[in-house]
Amino acid sequence: MCVAYPGTVIKVQPHTATVDFSGNRVEARTGLVDVAVGDRVLVHAGCILQKVSENEAAELEALMEEVKADA
Amino acid sequence: MEKIEMIHGSGGQATSDLINEVFAKEFWNGYLAQMNDSSVVAGGAELALTTDSFVVKPLFFKGGDIGRMSVAGTVNDLLMRGAVPEYMTVGFIMEEGLPISDLKKIVHSMAKTAEEAGILIVAGDTKVVEGHGGLYINTTGVGFVPVGMEISPAQIEKGDVILVSGNLGDHHVAILSSRMSIENEIASDCAPLNDIVRSMINEGVPVHAMRDVTRGGLATVCKEVAAQSGKTLMLQEEQLPVSAQVKDFCALTGLDPLYMGNEGKLVLVLPEEAAEKALSIMKASHYGEDACRIGHVLRFEEEEEMQIKPDGGELFLKTAIGGTRRLSVLQGEGLPRIC
Amino acid sequence: MTDLAEMRRFLSQYDGPKMRIMEICGSHTASIAKNGIKEILSPAIQLISGPGCPVCVTPTAYVDRAIALAKRPDTCLVTFGDLLRVPGSSESLSAAKGMGASVEMVYAPADVVTFAKKEPDKQFVFAAIGFETTIPVYALLMEELLREEITNVKLLTACKTMPGAVSFLLENGADLQGFLAPGHVCTVTGSDAFAPLAKKYGIPFAVAGFEGEELLAALYGLLHMQGKGMVKNFYPSVVTAEGNPKAKELIERFFEPSDAAWRGLGIIPGSGLCLRAAYASFDAGSRDLTEDNQQNQACRCGQVLTGKLAPTDCPLFGKVCTPLTPQGACMVSEEGSCHTAMRYQ
Repeated sequence: MCVAYPGTVIKVQPHTATVDFSGNRVEARTGLVDVAVGDRVLVHAGCILQKVSENEAAELEALMEEVKADA
Repeated sequence: MEKIEMIHGSGGQATSDLINEVFAKEFWNGYLAQMNDSSVVAGGAELALTTDSFVVKPLFFKGGDIGRMSVAGTVNDLLMRGAVPEYMTVGFIMEEGLPISDLKKIVHSMAKTAEEAGILIVAGDTKVVEGHGGLYINTTGVGFVPVGMEISPAQIEKGDVILVSGNLGDHHVAILSSRMSIENEIASDCAPLNDIVRSMINEGVPVHAMRDVTRGGLATVCKEVAAQSGKTLMLQEEQLPVSAQVKDFCALTGLDPLYMGNEGKLVLVLPEEAAEKALSIMKASHYGEDACRIGHVLRFEEEEEMQIKPDGGELFLKTAIGGTRRLSVLQGEGLPRIC
Repeated sequence: MTDLAEMRRFLSQYDGPKMRIMEICGSHTASIAKNGIKEILSPAIQLISGPGCPVCVTPTAYVDRAIALAKRPDTCLVTFGDLLRVPGSSESLSAAKGMGASVEMVYAPADVVTFAKKEPDKQFVFAAIGFETTIPVYALLMEELLREEITNVKLLTACKTMPGAVSFLLENGADLQGFLAPGHVCTVTGSDAFAPLAKKYGIPFAVAGFEGEELLAALYGLLHMQGKGMVKNFYPSVVTAEGNPKAKELIERFFEPSDAAWRGLGIIPGSGLCLRAAYASFDAGSRDLTEDNQQNQACRCGQVLTGKLAPTDCPLFGKVCTPLTPQGACMVSEEGSCHTAMRYQ
């Protein structure tokens, strides 16, 4: 369930933002997250669910080391 | 009159006015000019025959329209058997309310595409039905098959390579985009593939099998080819050509580019040593710039290693992360998925 | 460094205690199939598809109601593509549409606002199905309907909450050693939503993303968390422990917990959300749909989902229950256990 995908905010309007996905533009509702132009955001069914944080790789690696050490 | 009305289907003056005004102008040729009940045409030794119906909505979309699609689709079906497309017939079923200006645009587009593909429209028919301005086109195509030409899945051999003439899914995504609230510049790839196929044959490329990638997408076509040939095909996910725009559209709507239709792409199966030549021919065509290799037909030792039935007629995909996925023909309708 | 090759090597060579891992998100199920992940895993690791696809668990009675609404002369039913093919008791929405029922497919629920403004004399009903990821989208839609004073849009809700279903499975003794927690549900609820279940049943949950490599990372993590009642977040780019507070507030404002009927599982108390009484005028009769009276009593989806029964052991399998006439959730989805078993038996 729950198809959601990250894109980039290219324009902010009242209640909505235009989000670009490699040239596909979606008018997404902003009521759940405050966004600014340039933000990476996760969009589901025409609605911004969350901002995407950019340091996933580092966080994941730290988590991997943690679970391995605990195992 | 600006719209199609029931009277245009009467068979009387209004019908004949419409034919003269809209169709005869665009499709004019020596055969049609005779306005006979049927056309008598010069023949060939072996004929390829195909028929198809076009029901696409909307009638106009980025990169094409129902008219161009109907000619290109018919021409491509003939080409895939190695035939030279020669003649076609067209039947128009028009719903009342269809703007005649739209009909003119579509007919003009058909005439241009037929000219590009070197096929003659030698017979036609119109009917009008009740409705809301819709249009459906049925075609029949005739092509001449050169003597000794045998292109079919039965020719496929183990170790053959699989090529595709360009990016997957463009047509399907163009149509879906027009129906959904997603804006993009993706255009249908709808096109007749004469130059690619004719050059391939003229330059003696030993094509074993050839199919155009239409409804159901690459996976459906390849699975059908695999089943018909009895050989097992392996595609490589990392090699599949998909534009970034189509890839993201599919990710947004829960669709899989492997099952997204094209209207101007073909899949080729041929011996390894002919692959480079076939690729350079395709890349030289305007409609094959993104052609590439996408997989191969499994050899005996590979079937053994994978512990699968030899000659099982299956289709597999080696995924980017090193998994193996068994592919079937499209199940269901390929509808966007959100949940 | 734990790279892709290392994860693949570990997961394919694993020969420790049996790990039966359930994914409870339809998009995880789809991604597992799409990336060929089952082929990578050692036989000691088994993946089981749980009740994570909202359309699959939507009962027949709901589909029948949606079709009945779409057939009303003044009403248009608006839905995601997902729901179109799901069978009701005699037909699907797609089939009903073919016979003239008014059904529109959209990508975004907010599109219904545009429709409603354009045709103010027509009634629009949005088929609001989904889990916690989609429910805030409906809450936003409600907010917009109120703000724009639109009165010709109603929701037919079948909203469900994920921890409720997981709790039901574990309560019924599911033989499972780990869960891939649904990444996008957790974006809203936060990974903490699964912590009480992890603790209570001593079972590990790994919050997973949707790319092949992200799923492998979560599986790799789960194998290192065996026997531990904890939740770890392997999708930190969008998931936090507490989730999206604004989304949770909006859900709370418009919805309240209710019992919910799950196709194949029956009624699970408190596992659904309905519009609050204050917004009853926006409800297209969802409250009457908390029973699934169409359910085939012989359906064994409950046991298949809890890993107690193989699909082929169900008395209905392949006989009355087929992909064209599914009786339970496992046969509705193309990736459901029974649907898959039908294709490759």
